[in-house]
Amino acid sequence: MLLTVTLTLLEGLGVTLELFALTLLLALPLGLIIALGAMSRLAPLRWAVGGVVWVIRGTPLMIQILIVFYGPGLLFDLPLLPRFGAALLSFVINYACYFSEIYRGGIQSIPRGQYEAGEVLGMTKSQIFFRVTLLQVVKRIVPPMGNEFITLVKDTALVRVISVYEIIWMGESYIKKGMIWPLFYTAVFYLAVNGILTLAFRWAEKKLDYFR
Amino acid sequence: MPILEVRNIEKHFGPTRVLEDISFDLEQGQALAIIGSSGSGKTTLLRCLNFLESPDAGQIVVNGETLFDAADPATQKEAEVRRKRLHFGLVFQSFNLFPQYTALQNVMLAKQLLAAEGQKNRPGWKARRKEVNAGIEAEARQLLARMGLADRAEHYPHQLSGGQQQRVAIARALALHPDILCFDEPTSALDPELTGEVLKVIRSLAEQKTTMIIVTHEMAFARDVADQIIFMDGGVIVEQGPARQVIERPREERTKQFLARYAQER
Repeated sequence: MLLTVTLTLLEGLGVTLELFALTLLLALPLGLIIALGAMSRLAPLRWAVGGVVWVIRGTPLMIQILIVFYGPGLLFDLPLLPRFGAALLSFVINYACYFSEIYRGGIQSIPRGQYEAGEVLGMTKSQIFFRVTLLQVVKRIVPPMGNEFITLVKDTALVRVISVYEIIWMGESYIKKGMIWPLFYTAVFYLAVNGILTLAFRWAEKKLDYFR
Repeated sequence: MPILEVRNIEKHFGPTRVLEDISFDLEQGQALAIIGSSGSGKTTLLRCLNFLESPDAGQIVVNGETLFDAADPATQKEAEVRRKRLHFGLVFQSFNLFPQYTALQNVMLAKQLLAAEGQKNRPGWKARRKEVNAGIEAEARQLLARMGLADRAEHYPHQLSGGQQQRVAIARALALHPDILCFDEPTSALDPELTGEVLKVIRSLAEQKTTMIIVTHEMAFARDVADQIIFMDGGVIVEQGPARQVIERPREERTKQFLARYAQER
């Protein structure tokens, strides 16, 4: 029995990890674009980006998932997005907003003197970014990013509100068969994934420990 | 012909006038010290020379070439500013070394980037690159040795004392062979026991006839090392003249007051 349940849950974990990985793949670069918008010299762009980030961070992700999935059909009579696609879209938007704030904090924490030192040495703006500030930003955002990654793994459970068959959904399905323990058993899988993530982030922090 | 001619520089920050009608010349091989209390505009002047601030009026002429003319936008094009600022080197009060690079890499980085510029797609660059970089490294090591830091080349900035960091910063500025090396209060962020080693290096640069502009609060140092001294107050040049004369026999009342107040605080 344990084996069957484990195999079923692993199937669900596959969906969970797929959502996790694709969200990172798309939200990490999108977050940087949003961060650049939030730091733009154009005030209207700054305000617009600030408004979007406020709404996305200020409302529950679960509601956002429901809106992305049901919204187009209810409001405009459009066909529904595929369930996984709708889940992914809402996660990418939501997490990109959180990432953008982490990027912004990291970029703005670099002292002005670093840019000025590069400028007086005749470096171009892009040379200063890639050769001087980027690695310093990366070093600073590793710890908060570790937090977000771990939260993301667990947040994927929310997509069961639109019946995406991730691991919790699989665990819950056993309740109908009178078994409650598979639902709690899912926690072991989250714990294992987050254990690996924790080790990876610890390694990254250590790698960047050679400078301050 | 002077190596540097500064003509009628003016700078405002909003309604505040920070620099007013600043003019002076600097001869090749001379050291100029700029003294004055905080807020007198000395640092802003240095930042104008290094294109970190853009003056609202006036001209900056180096070797007869007008690098900046507030009235002529053609002199302010971004791409050219990059080339022009290489006439100047700047050593910051807070060092601003790049933390992820060793002392040696800090000194080499800008020069390597300049050497590689426009070369990437040329045939034979890959083969020549090693040779070019070896040359840059040899020179960087030599510069660090001149700063008394030969054995610190592979150290990261956080492993160095403030005085050592500032000497790396001086080597980094020298690596690009600026016509005029500027110092913005180079010892103000240092513990008193570390200022000596930095001043010693600047002194030896003066002995080797490096053209320099030094903003400093070290009056005795300014008197001994500089050829000329400018005293600034409230954004204007109050007095300028030979170093010894300005410090020991100032003509202007405001200079006398400043020096007297300064002597008291010591």
